[in-house]
Amino acid sequence: MSKKEIDEFSGVETSGHEWDGIKELDNPLPRWWLWTFYATIIFAIGYVIYYPAIPLINSATQGISGITARSLVEQDLKAAQDAKAGILATIESSSLEEIRSNNELFRFSVAGGKSLFKVNCSQCHGSGAQGAPGYPNLNDDDWLWGGDLEAIYLSIKHGIRNDEDDDARISEMPRYGDDELLDTDTIRAITNTVLEMAGLESDAKLAKAGIEPYVENCAACHGDNGKGDIELGAPNLTDAIWFYGNTNSEIFTQISSPRHGVMPAWGERLGEASVKKLAVYIHSLGGGL
Amino acid sequence: MKNGIEAALVGLAAFGALMGAAFARDSLFQAHAWILFFILAGSTIILLRRVKFAPAGGLQQDTKAEDTSGYMDDVIRYGIIATIFWGVTGFLVGVVIAAQLAWPVFNIEPWLNFGRLRPLHTSAVIFAFGGNALIATSFYVVQRTSRARLFGGNLAWFVFWGYQLFIVMAATGYLLGITQSKEYAEPEWYVDIWLTIVWVAYLVVFAGTLVRRKEPHIYVANWFYLAFIITVAMLHIVNNAAVPVSFLGVKSYSLFAGVQDALTQWWYGHNAVGFFLTAGFLGMMYYFVPKQVNRPVYSYRLSIIHFWALIFLYIWAGPHHLYYTALPEWTQTLGMVFSIMLWMPSWGGMINGLMTLSGAWDKLRTDPIVRMMVIAIAFYGMSTFEGPVMSIKSVNALSHYTDWTIGHVHSGALGWNGMITFGAIYFLVPRLWGRTQLYSLRLVNWHVWLATLGIVVYASTMWVAGITQGLMWREYDDQGFLVNSFVETVSAIHPQYVMRTIGGLLYLSGAFLMVYNVYKTIKGDIRKEAPMGAPAAAISPGE
Repeated sequence: MSKKEIDEFSGVETSGHEWDGIKELDNPLPRWWLWTFYATIIFAIGYVIYYPAIPLINSATQGISGITARSLVEQDLKAAQDAKAGILATIESSSLEEIRSNNELFRFSVAGGKSLFKVNCSQCHGSGAQGAPGYPNLNDDDWLWGGDLEAIYLSIKHGIRNDEDDDARISEMPRYGDDELLDTDTIRAITNTVLEMAGLESDAKLAKAGIEPYVENCAACHGDNGKGDIELGAPNLTDAIWFYGNTNSEIFTQISSPRHGVMPAWGERLGEASVKKLAVYIHSLGGGL
Repeated sequence: MKNGIEAALVGLAAFGALMGAAFARDSLFQAHAWILFFILAGSTIILLRRVKFAPAGGLQQDTKAEDTSGYMDDVIRYGIIATIFWGVTGFLVGVVIAAQLAWPVFNIEPWLNFGRLRPLHTSAVIFAFGGNALIATSFYVVQRTSRARLFGGNLAWFVFWGYQLFIVMAATGYLLGITQSKEYAEPEWYVDIWLTIVWVAYLVVFAGTLVRRKEPHIYVANWFYLAFIITVAMLHIVNNAAVPVSFLGVKSYSLFAGVQDALTQWWYGHNAVGFFLTAGFLGMMYYFVPKQVNRPVYSYRLSIIHFWALIFLYIWAGPHHLYYTALPEWTQTLGMVFSIMLWMPSWGGMINGLMTLSGAWDKLRTDPIVRMMVIAIAFYGMSTFEGPVMSIKSVNALSHYTDWTIGHVHSGALGWNGMITFGAIYFLVPRLWGRTQLYSLRLVNWHVWLATLGIVVYASTMWVAGITQGLMWREYDDQGFLVNSFVETVSAIHPQYVMRTIGGLLYLSGAFLMVYNVYKTIKGDIRKEAPMGAPAAAISPGE
């Protein structure tokens, strides 16, 4: 089959092979292709000499540059740490109030706290700290455990209802229905009492019947008027802010089988300076005195 | 007695599957064994109904049915149908998961959530669509260019049906939640073993046919097909080496651990791209492009050099998937330089494909199939340039883990693999079913442009999305604090996710046109339409 011929169109000789009617021209390698190929090989050789590349028995060549990705990261990290070292030390040794009243420390802490918040807190509290059902909004002035600098700092540092920190904030509403502490009719009555206190639509008769059991069971924490108690982490029931909903059935469920949120303790994980930055940042959103 | 032994063997396998279901150690294995049992039991019944006994006379055998003198094309016809079926399925799942990313409400728990549908999509398009296309076209090409019938008789049928069984077992496994969590290698150990058997049979058929060839030389397309078959066998076996917890359970543990496992995986993953999606489809290009344009291949010398350069260099490039990880630095360096050196060997195929058109460029105007092939080669060239660029470490520092990678993969997969396969299908269908021409060339042209537009929308939106992500992830303010939370980077690219879904829909609608066109062609219909690329205006001066 080997019959070389000249292709009419290009004037190039064929290789003389033919398969199912397919022939091949014997064009040389395009020069630009070949030279670019050589150039990539030369680049590769240079790169291999410059950077760690060739494996040896127990290690690898380190490259004449002495540069590794790891060393670059270490440099960057060190530079970043050095740049902040002074101000971080100051934050660590300053009181929260001192940080807030010092313009430089305050701005640094808000910027750093905001960044920390995005990485560590936004998953539950939302990227704008707006909260979500079951997770508090941090922009409003309604604080379960207190909204002053120190209270926010402690909430972040030790967390809430977690097992990891002995100083975690703890409050636990009894499961009135699940543990049969109250019967269903009583819980239904209390539900209406709460609705009435909150200024929501309620059954007046039931609401009245619920006053007595409310005072006996609930007022110790939530107060006679339902205003809550920050010391105990008991929510205010008279404002328009509801954690688990404000419909009749949602409130009933929360009395009968209450849910309790959990927040990790961040003190150990993030360190003192970071917790302080976060506290200052959160306080700047919706904190009070 | 025709089909008797086959029916008995499949029946026995069905019994084995039933036993597997009965004694399964976990509920997933049990569910999977039941699926296997019903498939095999159904196949046994079909085979039994087709069992033919020799007629009483013994001598009057039906020789027509046993004609083995010509090329074996039945299995190729099945392969083309399977290619189209899995292609449309894979594209459809792709559109669904694109929509799931844009609108999470489309996640349907537990079987149809993104996590399970995504591997279904990747495997459906790469292995089911691409794999069937490669098997069918390689069977076609190796017979024609060797002037020999497929080796091994019914072994080719075993390859075809065995491969479909692999696909169904892999796909149902993903939906059930059975996975070994390796990209493009998700199926668990028992499905892997089955694929190994099928693949060795494929190698035997292909290589056996080459050995029987009546041509003095082996055509370049067959080098690429052979490299693809052999290397994929090696990659598959090494990366899937694992110890099952029980022979009656789904779970297995990889032989490799930690960074070695990661490197083995990306050695496999990258060369699945290199040898499955590049070498195999180059084999396709080397046959169908010169046949369709009816011109000689541009350069024999280039085909030799770029073939050997490609297969030697590709196998080292895997570490570029693991930059800035626990992978030792020297490995990363070598992965990068081999990726850079791959640029020209990859482009050798593009040059040989495009330059084969010299002397026939006018066909771009008149033949939409040529148009499709040329666009395929153009996307091949683009993505094999983009690949080395992305393998540069400082580029990768931006692009890695972003949607840029997804866009890159799709310009290769939709543009190169999809379009060259569509071209081959349009070439093959009239020939395989003995039709004088396709039902409609104008529909092919619509397919070309719908698909091209879809790819352009897809790739460009993913560039924008990927670079946006990369820049947002690394954005620091002037005091050195991170600016964006992850969820902000997600919501920033929502518009691109919506656009990407639209791009996928365009591509899918093109594929539906192909289904219709192929169906009508097989039926023997010819659409009444004006010919493509009507003669130049100068011919009708009277107007």
